[in-house]
Amino acid sequence: MTEYKLRTRNVRKTYGSVVALKAASIEMQEGEFLTLLGPSGSGKTTLLMAIAGLNNPDSGDIWIDGKLANFLPPFKRDLGMVFQNYALFPHMNIFDNIAFPLRMRKMPMALIRKEVARVLEIVELDHVAKRFPRELSGGQQQRIALARCFVYKPSIILMDEPLGALDKKLRESLQREIKQLHENLGITVLYVTHDQEEAMVMSDRICVMNDGSIDQIGTPNELYFQPSTMFSADFLGESNLFDAQVLEVGKDSVLMRGPAGMNVLGELKESVKIGEQVKFMIRPETVDTDNDVTRDNAVEGILKEVIVFGQITKYFIELSDGTEMVSTQLTSRSSSTIEIGQRIILNWAKTSTVILTSDAGS
Amino acid sequence: MSSKSEQLPSVTYTPIVRPRNWSRFLSISPAILFLGFFFIYPVVLLLGLSFVDSSGTLTLEHYTRLYEKAVYVKVLLITLKIAGWTTIFSILAGYPIAYLLSTVKSSTRNSLVIWVLMPFWTSFLVRTFAWIVLLGRHGALNELLLALGIVDAPVRLIFNFTGVMIGMVHALMPLCVLTMMSVMENIDRNLVSAASTLGARGGQAFWRIYFPLSAPGVAAGGMLVFITSLGFFITPALLGGARDTMIVQVIIFQIHEVLNWGFAGAIAMLLLASVLVIFFFYDQLLGLSTLSGESTHEHKKGVIGRIGRWLGGGVINILSYLCEQGGILIDKLTPLRTDRKRRQGSRTTLWITAMTVIAFLCIPALFVIPVSFTEDGFLGWPPVGFSLQWYEQVLNSPAWAAAASRSFVVAISSALLGMSIGVPAAFFLARRQFFGKAALFAFLVSPIIMPNIIIAVALFYLYAKLGLVGTNMGLILGHTILAIPYVVITVMAILKNYDHRLDQAAWTLGANKWQTLTRITLPLLSAGLIAAFMFAFVISFDELTIALFVTGGEVTTLPKQMWDDALMRVSPALAAVATLLLAFMSCIIFSTEYVRRRGLRK
Repeated sequence: MTEYKLRTRNVRKTYGSVVALKAASIEMQEGEFLTLLGPSGSGKTTLLMAIAGLNNPDSGDIWIDGKLANFLPPFKRDLGMVFQNYALFPHMNIFDNIAFPLRMRKMPMALIRKEVARVLEIVELDHVAKRFPRELSGGQQQRIALARCFVYKPSIILMDEPLGALDKKLRESLQREIKQLHENLGITVLYVTHDQEEAMVMSDRICVMNDGSIDQIGTPNELYFQPSTMFSADFLGESNLFDAQVLEVGKDSVLMRGPAGMNVLGELKESVKIGEQVKFMIRPETVDTDNDVTRDNAVEGILKEVIVFGQITKYFIELSDGTEMVSTQLTSRSSSTIEIGQRIILNWAKTSTVILTSDAGS
Repeated sequence: MSSKSEQLPSVTYTPIVRPRNWSRFLSISPAILFLGFFFIYPVVLLLGLSFVDSSGTLTLEHYTRLYEKAVYVKVLLITLKIAGWTTIFSILAGYPIAYLLSTVKSSTRNSLVIWVLMPFWTSFLVRTFAWIVLLGRHGALNELLLALGIVDAPVRLIFNFTGVMIGMVHALMPLCVLTMMSVMENIDRNLVSAASTLGARGGQAFWRIYFPLSAPGVAAGGMLVFITSLGFFITPALLGGARDTMIVQVIIFQIHEVLNWGFAGAIAMLLLASVLVIFFFYDQLLGLSTLSGESTHEHKKGVIGRIGRWLGGGVINILSYLCEQGGILIDKLTPLRTDRKRRQGSRTTLWITAMTVIAFLCIPALFVIPVSFTEDGFLGWPPVGFSLQWYEQVLNSPAWAAAASRSFVVAISSALLGMSIGVPAAFFLARRQFFGKAALFAFLVSPIIMPNIIIAVALFYLYAKLGLVGTNMGLILGHTILAIPYVVITVMAILKNYDHRLDQAAWTLGANKWQTLTRITLPLLSAGLIAAFMFAFVISFDELTIALFVTGGEVTTLPKQMWDDALMRVSPALAAVATLLLAFMSCIIFSTEYVRRRGLRK
C-alpha cells in the first residue's frame, strides 16, 4: 500500500439526505498530477475536502503516504491546499500570509525570511511582500496562494478550481505556470476543475466524476479517444453521439445499424453481442466532408450550416431522418466554397467509431 | 443614426451630480431641511444656552460650577463606568451568539435571530419591569435560590450596580450581536479552512485569522453599545440605586426640578463632548467607516492606532499560544485516533453558551405574561390564582385608551413622515456619487449617535417657543427625527442589493422614469420598504425620552403612561399592558418577517 502517495477507498459523504459522494476510490503516485473533472455537484470538491480533512467522510478510508488519515485533523496532514478564491488572509500582508505556515511550524525568523523570499522569487513577485492581498490583481493573488502552499513543501498539493475566477488569457498562462512548477518541484498535485480543456492541458491523469461517483479514470488521451462511458464521451470535447443496434461482430470490427439506416463499422469491442442496443460516438474532427465513399464509413446528408470559429470551421449536416451530425475541420480558404443545401458525403475511419455499452441503457 | 451616434460623447450618462444643477438635490433637500431645523438648530440653541446666564449675558458660570462641584464629574465617571462595563459584558456574551449565527444555515439563523431580537422589539419598560419581577427581594430568582438552599437570605440583585448591569446588558446586547454578525457573515469561511490546512490548530486559526477579521464588528458593536449606554436613564432609574445615577438623570433633574436650562445645557455639552472624544479615539484606532459594518483593513497610521495594533497583536499571540498548548495537552491526554471521529466539544460548548445567552434575552419578556394574570394586588412572583382583573382595569381605563390611541397615531404618522423624507434621501445617497457623500450620510444618521436626551431637551426648548409642547404634531416631528436614520440605513441596504439594470431594462422597453419607479423599482423593494416602515413605527411606539419632555406632562403616550404609573406604584396592571404590547409587537415582527420572506421568494 505504501507505493501510493495518496489513496482513497470507497469514500462516501452525505449532507442530510443529499449524497454528495457515493464511493470514491482513487490512487495517486508520487509526483503525479491528477485532475478531478466534472460538472458542479458531481462530488469532486467533496472528495477534495475529505482528503484535506475539512469534512469527515461517512465511510471509506483515506491513506496519505501509506498512513490511515480518515479523521486526522487537517493541520496534521501536511497537505497544501489552494482555494478557489485563494483564501489569502486579508488582514495580513503578503509576507505574513506566506510566513503563516512556517510560523505555525515554529521555524526561526531568519529562516522564514529566507524561505518567503525564495518562493516569492519562484512566482516572480518579490516586490509585493509588503502589500496586502486586495492590492494585488487576481492573477497575482493566485500566484501568492501558490507560493503560500509551496513554501512549506507539503507532500501533496490540493487545488480547488484555482483558476476559476480568472479570465481566459490569464488562465492559460497560469495553467502553464502551475504545470511547470509541478514538473520542476516534483510535487504531487490533486486538481479540481469543471473545465475539460484545463484538465486536458495539465493532467497526467484525469478522473471524470458524475453525480457523486467516479465515471472513468485515465490519461487525457485515453479519455478523449477511448471514453468508456456516455458521460465521459459527452463531457470531454465535442461528440456526435448516436443510438445503434449491433448487426454483426466480426474478427476485428463490429457492424451496427445507426440513425438514418446507415451501417456503421467500429473497432471490435469484446463485450458487444449481436442484437444489442448500444451507442456510438464519433469526434467531429475525425469526420471528413471530402465525399470519399471508399472509407470505412460513409453517409449522405444535406449541409445545413457552416460556422467559422477562427482556426476551425464546423459543418452541420442533416441526415435523411433529420439527425444532425457535426464535422469539424481546420479553416482553409476553401472552407466557405461548399454551399448550404448541398448534398455531401461524410466519412470516417472505423477506428474513430467508439462503441459505448456500459451505460447505454441510461 | 450616424449623426446621433456622433453626438453621444457629449451626453454624460454617469450619475455625477454637477454642483450647479440644484434641482438634482430636490430629493434630498427635505431630509436636510427637516433635520437642520428640528435637530441641529435646537441642539445648537440648547448648547448655546450653556454660555449665557439668566440675564442673557455671555458667561462661563455654568462650566465653572460643573468643574467646581465634584458631584458632576463623579456622575460622569459613574456614567462612563456603567457604559464601559455594559459594553464589555455585551461583547463577551454577544460574541458567541454572533459567531454561532454567522456559521449556521440561513434558515436556522433566521429563526434564532427572532429570539435574539425579542428584547430589542419588546417595549423598553416591559423589559425593565420584568427584571423587577424576576430579581426583586421576593422575585423568582431569589425564590429559586432560597428553595434550592443556595442562599439563606434573599440576595440583593436590583436597586444596585448588578441590577443596572443586568438591565442594560439585556437591553443593548441585541444591538451588539447584530452589528458583530453583519461583519462575521462576510468573513470567508475558507480562510479558517485555509489556516488549518496550513498547519494551524482550531484555536490558533480562530485567534489569528477569524478573530482579527471579526474585530471591526466587535469594535463597532461595542461602540454603539457604549454610546447608547451613555444616554440611558430608564434602566438606572428603575433598577439602580442612588449611587448608580447617570448623567442623563442629572440633566432631567436640572430641567424638571430646578428649571436651570443653562446648567442643563452645560451638562449636555459635557455628555456630547465625551461622546465626541470617544468617537475621536475610535476613529484613530479603527476608522469611523467600520461603524457601518464595512470591514476595512486599512492600517491606521497615528500613534493611538499603532499602540492599539501592538496591544491587539500581543493579546492575540498570547491567546493563540495558550490554545496551541491546550491542544497539545489534549492530544497527549487523548491520543489521536485517525480511524475514529473526534468529538466536536467546542461546537457543543458554543451552542450551550449561545442558548444560555438567548434564554437570558428572552425569559424576562416571557415572565411578564403569567404575572399579568395574578389575583394579587402587587407585582410579585409567583402569581396568585388566575384573574383577568388587570386586563379589565387597563382596557376600561380612559387614560390607557387615550395613551394607546395617541401612540398609534403618533407612530404611524412619524413612520409615514420618516419614510417620505428618508426614502428619497436613501435613493439619492445610494444612486449618486458626489463630493461629501460620506459627510451627508453621517449627517442623516447623526440622530442615532446623539444621546436622545439632548434631542429631547433641545426640542422641548424649541417647542416652548413655537407652542408645540403637548401637541401630537410636536411628538410626531420629534419621533420623525429618530425614524429618519433607520429608514435611510434600511433602504440604502436594500438598494445596495437592487440591480439597477432592471430600471435600465424598463427604460429601454419604453417606460418613463415615473412608470419605472412605480411599476418596477418600488414593487421589487416593497418588502424592504415595509421593513423600514415597521422599524420606524416601533421606534416611535417604544420611545420615551422625547415623549417625556415634549408632552409637557399634559398628554401621554403608552410608554409615558407606563413610566408615570411605574413611578407611582408598580401594579400588575403594568404587566397586563406589557403582555398586550408584547403580543402586539410579536404580531408586527412576525408579519414583517413573513413579508420579508415572501419578498425573498420572489
